[in-house]
Amino acid sequence: MSRLSVPKTYKLAIGGAFPRSESGRTYVVTAPSGEFIANASLASRKDARDAVVAARGAQPKWAGATAYNRGQVLYRIAELLEGRRAQFVDEIVQSEGVTATAAGAQVDATIDLWVWYAGWADKYAQLAGNGNPVSGPYFNLSVPDATGVVAAIAPQDSTGVSLLGLAAVVAPIVLSGNTVVVVANEAAPLSAISLAEVLATSDVPGGVVNVLTGSPAELAPWLASHADVNALDLAGAGSLADGAWVDLQISAAETLKRVLPPVEGAPAPSLERITAFVETKTVWHTKAML
Amino acid sequence: MSFLEYAPAPESTAILNLKAQYGLFIDGEFVDGSGEVFDTISPATEEVIARIAQADASDVDRAVAAARRSYEKVWSRMSGSDRGKYLFRIARLVQERARELAVAESLDNGKPIRETRDVDVPLVAAWFFYYAGWADKLEYAGLGPKPRSLGVAAQVIPWNFPLLMLAWKIAPALAAGNTVVIKPAETTSLTAMLFAEILQQADLPPGVVNIVTGPGATGQALVTHADVNKVAFTGSTDVGRTIARQVAGTSKKLTLELGGKAANIVFDDAAIDQAVEGVVNGIFFNQGHVCCAGSRLLVQENVHDEVVDRLKQRLSTLRLGDPLDKNTDIGAINSAAQLERIRTLSDTGENEGAERWQLDCTVPDKGFWFRPTIFTRVSAAHSIAREEIFGPVLSVLTFRTPEEAVAKANNTPYGLSAGIWTEKASRMLALADRLRAGVIWANTFNKFDPASPFGGYKESGYGREGGRQGLTAYLESSGWQAPIESSAASSRSGRKARKAVAK
Repeated sequence: MSRLSVPKTYKLAIGGAFPRSESGRTYVVTAPSGEFIANASLASRKDARDAVVAARGAQPKWAGATAYNRGQVLYRIAELLEGRRAQFVDEIVQSEGVTATAAGAQVDATIDLWVWYAGWADKYAQLAGNGNPVSGPYFNLSVPDATGVVAAIAPQDSTGVSLLGLAAVVAPIVLSGNTVVVVANEAAPLSAISLAEVLATSDVPGGVVNVLTGSPAELAPWLASHADVNALDLAGAGSLADGAWVDLQISAAETLKRVLPPVEGAPAPSLERITAFVETKTVWHTKAML
Repeated sequence: MSFLEYAPAPESTAILNLKAQYGLFIDGEFVDGSGEVFDTISPATEEVIARIAQADASDVDRAVAAARRSYEKVWSRMSGSDRGKYLFRIARLVQERARELAVAESLDNGKPIRETRDVDVPLVAAWFFYYAGWADKLEYAGLGPKPRSLGVAAQVIPWNFPLLMLAWKIAPALAAGNTVVIKPAETTSLTAMLFAEILQQADLPPGVVNIVTGPGATGQALVTHADVNKVAFTGSTDVGRTIARQVAGTSKKLTLELGGKAANIVFDDAAIDQAVEGVVNGIFFNQGHVCCAGSRLLVQENVHDEVVDRLKQRLSTLRLGDPLDKNTDIGAINSAAQLERIRTLSDTGENEGAERWQLDCTVPDKGFWFRPTIFTRVSAAHSIAREEIFGPVLSVLTFRTPEEAVAKANNTPYGLSAGIWTEKASRMLALADRLRAGVIWANTFNKFDPASPFGGYKESGYGREGGRQGLTAYLESSGWQAPIESSAASSRSGRKARKAVAK
């Protein structure tokens, strides 16, 4: 007799806790074959706003951590993912309907991506910043600084990105000290929530990564217009009907959010994705006459 | 004549050789505009200096077409070193005609000749000189090998530093290999016209730089033109928002340098004399028509009275009057509209309960003038502590702890600049870390340099001007990426985790 399994309840990840949607809503997550997998939380506008509050609250301390520390925290994510590889492969196989080989490749690529970005945490500033030879007796240094709270739409493709796409969006945002509210892949949200569980046990402070499951079409407008969101990563917003991502960008203009446009699939790891969410801060100081 | 009275020492306007009327500068030639010709006046005397052509949508169309042609046929194909040589020529011509440009700028803008002569025009030359050297070194800009220019850049600039803002926009754009259509502010087109003559003297190929003059509608036609690839705007946050909306959904690359409400933070251990100089320079430089002006003085409570007293004393030595007089510290407000805005906001300040102090000085009968003003008893909720006044009006607030200073300084939707005055370096650096502003001046204020990136956080806009960062605003990576050596997929076969799943 095979043992009766214990299915997991998939909830949201907000401020280091795993609440259900305040709306009490759920939606059915099915395999591509149509088979029932789970009821995921259908996040509401209020959940999105709560997530922004959590992200704002966590941001100064996360940005204030040393870059070395943030790098180690990101590397720790890779370590824990490696240990839970089987679970992620399983979830991807179920929800994307891909082979175990393809799912394994996606998990491996995700782990390697965290390792790659982890290494950037204490280095990108040396490339993005510089000393400036100004004409006068001044010490003058430009350094990158986290933009603040970033809202992101994870890639929504049906295969290949449910875990990798989310990580490829989140990692470059948080490594510089930003915090993020990310809307997971709508059709395949399970591994996103499991990733949030990994984050919660890998020294990522609560509120740094907040994961919402549900409808990007419903949630994104609230995030795009939220006055306490500083930037918008529309990576997966290209999938929204009728080019709705343009409306998101228009609404982001109201508070002059930095906006990264949609991409195909999971965004490739790059230094540019890191520097898209940092500000250049230039500090001048007088030098005494000796 | 008392100790502080000086005999007038006006700079002569004889050096100017102005035309009665200026056209648009398109494809290397001055041409008539299709809109109605308008006057540009001296804000110090309200006298007409010259008449300026107005570009409508069809003129903008011609200018963009000229820029596109010269981009495709000439500028994008030219070697970086040749582009650089043109920029070096421009820098030298600006230096050669520096005095003339300074006089024209003071006449047209109303700012003191002391500033145009010692700040604006030297920086214009420096900007071209700095970016000239970048033109053949783009591979070192940090975007990987063979970075690409963007194409035609649409640039709209404000009236507070007319020629300097033009240089901030044109120099990096051209160095990176783009061509330009630029619109000066309606009230300050004059030096852009002189600059066009300089371009002719430099023999810059036609169409590389095109100048369209006119009101906001001309700027709107320019930034919304379908054939521009890059939009760069300096001006108010409201117009910046509109442009960001209009550019949404297009592939146009956008940089915005918008408003500010900078905090100038003075600790009790600061060198007070220097701090007072810095505060005066921070808000009364250029009549306060500076987006990064230190318009909020945050002074530690125990030195408030001393600092305010010394400020008033120092202000009493400032001379307001003829911008062309070499002794003038405070010139004219740029326009009647701006003067009205400053008056309205100042009255609001008084109505909301702040205490107004104004420099007791005579004001010329004609022209637009506003006496340097300090508001004390200002609370963080007052309009004058929140809204950008863009005039010679300082609001004084107090704080007790560094924590409170940071909270108050950051309590604004803007984030362009900030000042810190303290003799304690460790405190200065800790504060600089926590201030949400793109430029932080410590024990100095309002310093600008082509090598130093300038630009804001939050609603002060995005992108940087100046330095390497300012160059990359006009470039894109050619798509090349350092390969990520990944062991994923291929070499992981045969791992036990994989077997566990595959069973």
